[in-house]
Amino acid sequence: MNYHWDWGVFFKPTGIGSEIYLDWFMTGLGWTIALALTSWIIALFIGTIIGVARTLPNKIIANLAAGYVALFRNVPLLIQLFIWYFMVPDYLPESLELWFKQDINPATSAFISTVICLGLFTAARVAEQIRTGIEALPQGQINAGLALGLRLPQLYKDVLLPQAFRIIIPPITSEFLNVFKNSSVASLIGLMELLAQTKQTAEFTANLFEAFTLATLIYFVLNMSLMLLMRKLEKRVQVPGLIALGGK
Amino acid sequence: MNDNVTMIRFNNVNKWYGRDHHVLKNLNLEVKQGEVVVVCGPSGSGKSTLIRTINQLEAINDGEIWVDGIQANSTKTNINKLREEVGFVFQHFNLYPHLSVLENITLAPINVKKVPAAQAKQQALELLERVGLLNKKDAYPSNLSGGQQQRVAIARGLAMNPRVMLFDEPTSALDPEMIGEVLAVMKQLAESGMTMMVVTHEMGFAREVADRVIFLDHGEIVEDTMPESFFTSPQTDRAKQFLRQILSPMDQ
Repeated sequence: MNYHWDWGVFFKPTGIGSEIYLDWFMTGLGWTIALALTSWIIALFIGTIIGVARTLPNKIIANLAAGYVALFRNVPLLIQLFIWYFMVPDYLPESLELWFKQDINPATSAFISTVICLGLFTAARVAEQIRTGIEALPQGQINAGLALGLRLPQLYKDVLLPQAFRIIIPPITSEFLNVFKNSSVASLIGLMELLAQTKQTAEFTANLFEAFTLATLIYFVLNMSLMLLMRKLEKRVQVPGLIALGGK
Repeated sequence: MNDNVTMIRFNNVNKWYGRDHHVLKNLNLEVKQGEVVVVCGPSGSGKSTLIRTINQLEAINDGEIWVDGIQANSTKTNINKLREEVGFVFQHFNLYPHLSVLENITLAPINVKKVPAAQAKQQALELLERVGLLNKKDAYPSNLSGGQQQRVAIARGLAMNPRVMLFDEPTSALDPEMIGEVLAVMKQLAESGMTMMVVTHEMGFAREVADRVIFLDHGEIVEDTMPESFFTSPQTDRAKQFLRQILSPMDQ
């Protein structure tokens, strides 16, 4: 292959203001992190509620939560994003629709759509982790709580969730990293996050390989550091013999 | 012992698992305040189910269960309120592994009974002293032996100042050398006047500490008598056979 690698391309001026191409990547990275973290907060919050709901004795609530998971987990992310971005605004009350389509700038509306979409999508996956975490606990933990008169919310808050969260740190780390990778769908509705900036750089400079190599590297380093961070967290909150203490 | 106050009463209690398994058959029994009652019987006789119906960890299908004047199986009863008054000790201890010994004991008093934290802690320390584990207050359950865990579990139950303590095979999961320390705590508790119902195979405990022994077989109360007469002159063949098996297992 006869490709001339030119790593200097990232320091060349873009011709727009005084920016160099590396600045585009940094702006993109900023959007990616903002998208992922906001979506993750939504996902953790709603996912915990749905996951807990799936384990409640009330069958109606449990089934509604199961329906949520089925709906959001079984439709491709991209379709969900198009629904949130192109369809949902048309069905909003008129004042809200106008605000979304005219008052705020396009980047903000794309950001809002992506964050809602990614948050709710990931929530379904987080909910499944939470549910399995709770169900992995011995029945004796529930019985011990009930026998002491703990009310259901106290049982979840003080006994079940603190243990369930510890158990699911490894799989939930995967979901956390997935949010960063999945946030790249925002590029398809025009938000200039990391992938969109990469494509733009490739088009402006024709240094396609360099642009995508740098993007790969940034995603990799970002996720790798998050993974190490989560491992530290796991070690810190570790409880020896968590599952081993069984009983009914 | 106050002879007149009934603490636990079963009126014609029936329970089925599924359609065919009649696990509790028309049970009637009464436990008076301050009484220590041992429930024994062969595996599958319904002992654990019986004791779990008292605080409704197991629901019943028919009949009435009264605890301290409150009907436990009524839908009008706030079962959580009742459970606050009924301590329960499990075969497998069921301590909360993510909480320290002290936190295990104070969790329910602080959250359920709204006892101020400092006061709950003070009481927990007193209870730990009573069960001989004051030095383990900051340890986590996984760092304790089985016998120590069970003593913490007893302290956890007592921290709610219960009117009754229920024990579901409290020593069955323990190594033999640890059974004594748990029984000693239970004996001391019985001597303090606590109303206790104990599912156990520890016949030494039954003989020495219990006021009554209830022998359960196939979901029926076969004998309900003083320990001495149960051991020396069991009335039924089923009880005789059970005692033979449990007192001299090698001699079948």
